[in-house]
Amino acid sequence: MSLDITTEGDASSSEESRQWTARVRNAAATAFPPDRLLPDRQPAYMASWIYVFGVLTVVSLAWVIITGCVLAVMGPSWWHVSGLGHFVNSLHLWSVEFFFFFMVIHLWGKFFMAAWRGNRKLTWVTGVVSFVASIAAAFTGYLSQSNFDSQWISTQAKDGINSTGAGAFWNVLNFGQMLMWHIVLLPIAVVIIAGLHVLMVRRRGIVPPFDIEPKDHGDTPSAAEPSE
Amino acid sequence: MSPRKAKRFNPDRDVKEWAGAYRPYDILKEAFVALVAVGVLIVLLAVVFSSPDDPAVTLKSWSTSDPVDFAQTAVTELDGTSPLATYGPPYNTTPDVTQHIGFFEPAQWIGVHQPINTAQDFVIGPLRTLSNEPLVQQALDAYDSATPTQQSTWTTAYEKAVANATDVHGRLQVPHARYGPVGVVIGSLTTMAQSGGLDGTLLSQGQFYNTNYTKPLLFIANGSYLNNLAGAQHLQGTQWGMMNETGNYPGQAWLWLYTMWYQVPPMKTSTNADLEVWAIMMALTVVLIFLPFIPVLRSIPRWSRVYRLIWRQHYRSLA
Repeated sequence: MSLDITTEGDASSSEESRQWTARVRNAAATAFPPDRLLPDRQPAYMASWIYVFGVLTVVSLAWVIITGCVLAVMGPSWWHVSGLGHFVNSLHLWSVEFFFFFMVIHLWGKFFMAAWRGNRKLTWVTGVVSFVASIAAAFTGYLSQSNFDSQWISTQAKDGINSTGAGAFWNVLNFGQMLMWHIVLLPIAVVIIAGLHVLMVRRRGIVPPFDIEPKDHGDTPSAAEPSE
Repeated sequence: MSPRKAKRFNPDRDVKEWAGAYRPYDILKEAFVALVAVGVLIVLLAVVFSSPDDPAVTLKSWSTSDPVDFAQTAVTELDGTSPLATYGPPYNTTPDVTQHIGFFEPAQWIGVHQPINTAQDFVIGPLRTLSNEPLVQQALDAYDSATPTQQSTWTTAYEKAVANATDVHGRLQVPHARYGPVGVVIGSLTTMAQSGGLDGTLLSQGQFYNTNYTKPLLFIANGSYLNNLAGAQHLQGTQWGMMNETGNYPGQAWLWLYTMWYQVPPMKTSTNADLEVWAIMMALTVVLIFLPFIPVLRSIPRWSRVYRLIWRQHYRSLA
């Protein structure tokens, strides 16, 4: 007859390894070691102005959120009646324009780099989805201006939305509904998706140039995906 | 269990990880400098160019500026011939008007979810609130108790008469004709709109607070007044208005592709243009999202050789 003896330390370790908290922590530490999350060096090929547009997009989004928060503090009518409010609205408008300008250049740059190579497909997918979510966020912003422009845009856009059937529930003429989407739901979506996108970039690193694949394109280098 | 077979190297899908040199890179400093630089840029543009804020059109401003257009629109709301009265879902049940692509007719499937009866909601209902005006109430009683044929005769006569109406210092002057109580009804509605009362009545939904402008917006959009203002600001669909902004400000330029489809056949003249353009844009969006998985399309960057411009320093170092 044998007797299994489990020490207190073993039991504790085994229990810890089954914990959700421990699993998430270990997975995060493996995926994002500090020098990958906040790198202090980059591959030598990363030497082009095109790389600047990713960070420019992120900081523009930061300005969009900061200026939007100031507008939110004072309410949706403030910018119509206050010089300071109008100035903050102008900051919000131009940060949005820059955000899209930088993001589109970033997107085209990544397309021509085929930046999805080397297990980076999900990075591309989250980037495009955040672009689409940003368009929806900006659109609801235009609807929330509560001026002539928002009247015209909403009365025109209703036909497109209604033709899909979505207008039955997502009413672009309902200022309150559009404002809530603009300042709560869509910003949360954009920030979460863009955040995932940035984390994926940090995890996988910057895609290498085309020329470093094996010349013969034969079987298997380590970075070729094992399955798809 | 056999190990998974390694796939053949695909240059549009795979990479060999970089084994070359690295250089110092301060990611937080770069982000901070970028934040400040963009901040300075947006402050400069905000100071120099500001932002547009053309005041909203109200039923009061519309009926005061162009009472004839208001009256012409109002009578079509009363007799159920306005664009909204014949719109179909989600506002009403007008048959055979929803946009479709073959059997695909989502608006019809989902049906009416924001019911609007233009005669009741835009004309009769608001005027019924003027309970201390017996002439208006008598006119409404006469209209309500008439047969549909009689109502149609009156509204048709009024539509002809109001086509020759004049605006005398903001007051509507409609030539006399056999339009029965409709003259009093539309005249009273115009006066009510000019006083600002109609804005509040259409916005009210039986509660003190309200943020849903669906009804007043739909009423205003049925007239020519809003459309003419938008045309002057190059905002109409035929003017690529979707990506324009009032004044000379940049608008939603990122919608250029969406609005482009409305400018080309067959969408340009199609009665199903909105649904067709949505279908095209949804299909293109899905393609863009899943581009890395689509053979041929994912090879375009390699074939285009634009990457040699992006990584020119790298290729120069290899030479």
